[in-house]
Amino acid sequence: MITVESLTRRYGGFTAVDNVSFTARPGRVTGFLGPNGAGKSTTMRVVVGLTAPTSGAATIDGVRFADLPNPGLEVGVLLDASAQHAGRTGREILTVACETMGLPRSRVDEMLELVSLTPTEAQRRVRDYSLGMRQRLGIATALLGDPRVLILDEPANGLDPAGIRWMRDLLTGFAGAGGTVLLSSHLLHEIEVIADDLVVIGNGRIVASGSKEELLASAGTLARSSSPRDLARALDQAGIPSTLARDGSVRTEADPGRVGAVALSAGIALVELRSSEGAGLEDMFLSLTADTQREGAAA
Amino acid sequence: MTATLVPPDPTTGAAPARRTARRIPTTRLVKVELRKMFDTRSGFWMLVSIGILSPISAGSLLVLGLDGDVTYQNFVRASGFPMSVILPIIAILAVTNEWSQRSGLTTFTLVPNRGRVIGAKAVATLLVGLAAVSVAFAVGAVGNVAGSALAGVDTVWDVSWSMAPQIMLYNLIGMAFGFTLGVALRASAAAIVGYFVASLVVPGILELLALVREWFRDLQPWIDWNYTQVALLEGTTDTGEEWAMLASTTTIWIVFPLAVGLLFLRRSEVK
Repeated sequence: MITVESLTRRYGGFTAVDNVSFTARPGRVTGFLGPNGAGKSTTMRVVVGLTAPTSGAATIDGVRFADLPNPGLEVGVLLDASAQHAGRTGREILTVACETMGLPRSRVDEMLELVSLTPTEAQRRVRDYSLGMRQRLGIATALLGDPRVLILDEPANGLDPAGIRWMRDLLTGFAGAGGTVLLSSHLLHEIEVIADDLVVIGNGRIVASGSKEELLASAGTLARSSSPRDLARALDQAGIPSTLARDGSVRTEADPGRVGAVALSAGIALVELRSSEGAGLEDMFLSLTADTQREGAAA
Repeated sequence: MTATLVPPDPTTGAAPARRTARRIPTTRLVKVELRKMFDTRSGFWMLVSIGILSPISAGSLLVLGLDGDVTYQNFVRASGFPMSVILPIIAILAVTNEWSQRSGLTTFTLVPNRGRVIGAKAVATLLVGLAAVSVAFAVGAVGNVAGSALAGVDTVWDVSWSMAPQIMLYNLIGMAFGFTLGVALRASAAAIVGYFVASLVVPGILELLALVREWFRDLQPWIDWNYTQVALLEGTTDTGEEWAMLASTTTIWIVFPLAVGLLFLRRSEVK
């Protein structure tokens, strides 16, 4: 479990992280969201001890990261896949990490196989790697020590669709086996598919946190019917405000159960009824972080 | 649209049993740092260039030198010359690569105690220095035997037991200075430029100053890093005062900047 308590980090007069508190629990994937420069990476760097906090603390199972005797065996970290000596081969980077942790060399081959880097690729120097290959190598380094906690900053960046699917399965499996995953990403769809809990940060402050279901429940409902106008009217009569989109879908902030009940009593056949999750996370993200977006009134 | 702010719930999920991980032993850190010095292309070629240039340099003495030059001292100096340039650069890169190449992001998450990592680098640097200078002595010996046989003169072993450690120390101090620059500047290019400025430009300025300002003449040996280095290379650091001069220049150029650099390094942000 990762616990972040009242974490603040200032740079001169600028507050990058402002009194941030959250937990990432075992058995769950915690998605860490926020616009560029919101403080995600700074928070993660403080958690792994690369940046000293101005105040507050971050612990892994109650222990400061810097106090872990052999951190690689307990926490897998990938903050920046490109932060490697460009003149080292992929295999060498894994071997150095393996030696540091005191693991048998056979782990290197196991990890290369796990992240699908071929022996030829592993012999190449990292300067010749694509971003996707670097991400795979970074994941391999993070998983090398068979840790219980993973901290990953934008791991899906640069991965091809198959790689993204692979990463998703890997992290879901990791959490399923009782591991803790803290994952930041800009790819909202990716987060939405994979995360169990969400922490949203904007301008260094937490703007929302909780389980994905709770946060998205307020995102409302999307319903389709062969006669959308009738559906909208029926909802209106039931006192539920709704909007009729051009594509014929009806959106409302009420939960799907109520919308279904209204449609049933009005005798309207629904062809689709669901939480409007697809746009939900994006809408939620943009509205929560509207004040902090570079683009101004993006929401 | 509003999202509920749910306070984190620390009670869920029993804390998993902690693994009994043991602290990473220092010997292992030294081994890893030694490996990292030579497992890159630049590190590899640095090592190879020592191995190639050292015999070439000693050999050139055979080709270009006079019969009178065929002495062990000259051969050791010739084979050691490439090292006196390359060893400090190896020391610099051992430190600065973590920042300039950004590998520190991984290094310092695997070993969060930066003092231990830098300590391991220092030990690894020292080991490389000891090994390299030993090679210089060995290559010099081979050159001396071969050279005197070729020239048909007596083999002269004129490196005394007081001189050999001084030549060793000369190289180790050169490396220590490179290491210091690496710690203080944490950028490869800046540290290498700094090294050559300090070892090529600064001595000239201090020499000039000693020529034109009489009061500085007596002070120079206590301040000029190059002055005490030359004394070591010549094996002429004998009296207590001369050793005190060496201590003084080492404090000014190495001990003090290293201490300040370490202080900043431990708090600095790794990006």
